[in-house]
Amino acid sequence: MLRTFPKGGIHPPENKLTSSKPIKRLPLPKVVYVPISQHIGIPAEIIVDRKDKVEIGQVIAKSGGFVSSNIHAPVAGTVTKLDKIVDTRGYKKQCIVIRTDAKNESNLEEIEYPLRKEIELEPEEILQRISDYGIVGLGGATFPSHVKLQIKEGKKLDCLIINGVECEPYLTADHRLMLEHSEEILVGIRILMHALHVDRAIIGIENNKRDAIDLFKKLTTNESGIQIAALKVKYPQGGEKQLVRALLKREVPKNGLPLDVGVVVHNVGTVYAIYQAVQHNRPLLERVVTVTGKKLDQPSNFWVKIGTPISDLIDAVGGVPENTRKIVSGGPMMGMALKNMDVPVTKGTSGILVISEDEASRGAPKNCIRCGECVDVCPMGLEPHLLMNLSEKGMYEKASQEDILTCIECGSCSYVCPSHRPLLDYIRFGKSIVKQLETKSA
Amino acid sequence: MMTDSILHSAILLALLGTVAALVLFVVSKKFYVYENPLIAEVEDLLPAANCAGCGSPGCKAFAEKLVNTEDISDLFCPVGGNEVMKLVSETLGKEVAEKDPTVAVVRCQGSCEVRPKTTEYQGPKSCAISALIYSGETDCQYGCLGDGDCVAACSFDAMYMDEATGLPVVITDKCTSCGMCVDACPRNIIEMRPKKKRDLKIYVGCLNEEKGGIARKACSVACIGCSKCVDACPKDAIVVENNLAYIDPAYCTLCRKCVPVCPTNSIIETNFPPRKVKKAEPEVAAKVESVKVQKDA
Repeated sequence: MLRTFPKGGIHPPENKLTSSKPIKRLPLPKVVYVPISQHIGIPAEIIVDRKDKVEIGQVIAKSGGFVSSNIHAPVAGTVTKLDKIVDTRGYKKQCIVIRTDAKNESNLEEIEYPLRKEIELEPEEILQRISDYGIVGLGGATFPSHVKLQIKEGKKLDCLIINGVECEPYLTADHRLMLEHSEEILVGIRILMHALHVDRAIIGIENNKRDAIDLFKKLTTNESGIQIAALKVKYPQGGEKQLVRALLKREVPKNGLPLDVGVVVHNVGTVYAIYQAVQHNRPLLERVVTVTGKKLDQPSNFWVKIGTPISDLIDAVGGVPENTRKIVSGGPMMGMALKNMDVPVTKGTSGILVISEDEASRGAPKNCIRCGECVDVCPMGLEPHLLMNLSEKGMYEKASQEDILTCIECGSCSYVCPSHRPLLDYIRFGKSIVKQLETKSA
Repeated sequence: MMTDSILHSAILLALLGTVAALVLFVVSKKFYVYENPLIAEVEDLLPAANCAGCGSPGCKAFAEKLVNTEDISDLFCPVGGNEVMKLVSETLGKEVAEKDPTVAVVRCQGSCEVRPKTTEYQGPKSCAISALIYSGETDCQYGCLGDGDCVAACSFDAMYMDEATGLPVVITDKCTSCGMCVDACPRNIIEMRPKKKRDLKIYVGCLNEEKGGIARKACSVACIGCSKCVDACPKDAIVVENNLAYIDPAYCTLCRKCVPVCPTNSIIETNFPPRKVKKAEPEVAAKVESVKVQKDA
């Protein structure tokens, strides 16, 4: 019997088209657009100016506070302008435009460092480096990693969980990374265990990635402290709270963090980035992006420089196929449909999904038939139909009492609703209002 | 026999009535809550629209506030306007401020023709929700989203969505300037502007802060921040900030010199008589003509 979280969840068609495609390196982009707000928290402050020459890995925007992150030049080149570029939501956001210097050797070198297993840094130095090198959670939430690693006084930590779940359909970025860089990830886990002073780590992987599970099991036979757990395939198991519940049977309190039950969760992509930062002095300059879709010629996984326009990625897989309705940044469940293809890849872009006409349309909403499907699938134990009605009618206090803020916006309710009701849209709206009201009254 | 039963019931009823009256009398004396009679008096003067335009949750609450506050010069009922406030001032013997009546204006002209749609939105029809998710169906992230939150917020039936343009329209005669639509709009498109004489208004019908070319690409009547109107204005009432012109109603004398010079026709004039066309300047005349055609359409 495989482990999983007990309440709710769905199993949409997996469609992992690219799970056997090795990660290729995308050709160097001519121009990169690096947004200064790629993480949750305060945007970084730009410290370069027009016409400045930047080296690869140079800090171009400095962290704006504690919950913020440095941003580095992903390529060597010249800053052509400080401009605005559309983000995934279609709003123009400040970014730094760098024209790549094609002749610069540091841009051309293939980064294949030998594996370095010895950890030489002290825990404080490791934390400092993670903070300096702009590491954020690469699972999609882009929360600055050094904040998660700062254990507050009085909290007891006993387990590190590594998130290799990748429960979103279509995406295979973490899967491929685990297969191709398993040893580096294991060193990364050791680094984190050293920094956090814990002696137990669990890698949670869903059972549709058998090859990754077997590989890690083989590599960790002689290692003590690192366990591999195969999990039943279920969305949204990649959510922190669901994963902690599935692996350790510990319930993260509402409005709480995994740390409240003695756990810290990091994504495998983040762990790899931490390995690169600590062992090889490399800031976060690139990430794995899955470019996929049923109608694409060659859906693939790529190493992509931060700031590469999404049009470059689409070109690399053979252009936009006919009958395309939406291009989504992220997975089909939680991703955002893009307004145009100028949007750059940021630290949080895990995949680009091209959806055709027949897959993309939303049905016309009908009346609620009280079937209770949404209640059954809600992984947080909420009543989505009720929350939607409350926020539609403006009863925000009641919605707050019904714990609307604990919603993790996984979209399972909208997915199963037989009446195609826009449950998540209204809940998200209600959440924003409740948050506003709470900050106002506080 | 018959008279007896009538008499008995009458006496019984009278007794019951007296007891009930006594109870009511005692209760009304015992649990009497004093309320300043002025409050009811002032409430009668207010328009009873309960629109919350004054900032209080309703007319009764506003009446209480008016009676209980020493200095009421910063309180104002936008629906009743100066007339009602004058009556309030007479009743209470306090000074009230006089304000120019205002009216809501929609500062976006991005109809389907001039502002082409580049994406499609399938979610719930609500500006607040779609603004939360993304920047709208067109390339303009400042303009009207067209889902009619302002119309839904108006409790005076003073707004409707124009089917042809997809934009909200204010019926100025019905608008009480309560300001609910201003709060409802997630894009802050609606502004309260002084009504002045005969409801003459000149304002910039655009909020796009992009640079000229980008703004123009998204919408052909966008303000491109060229500052021609600033040069034309004799009263320095126009400021251009973030590539966007704004006409300050406090200084604008409604001379209309800025309207014909605008290369994108983004300055709107309302309720003015038709212009006398000067023959010497055919270019300007043509522009005026095109402005008029657009306004009529």
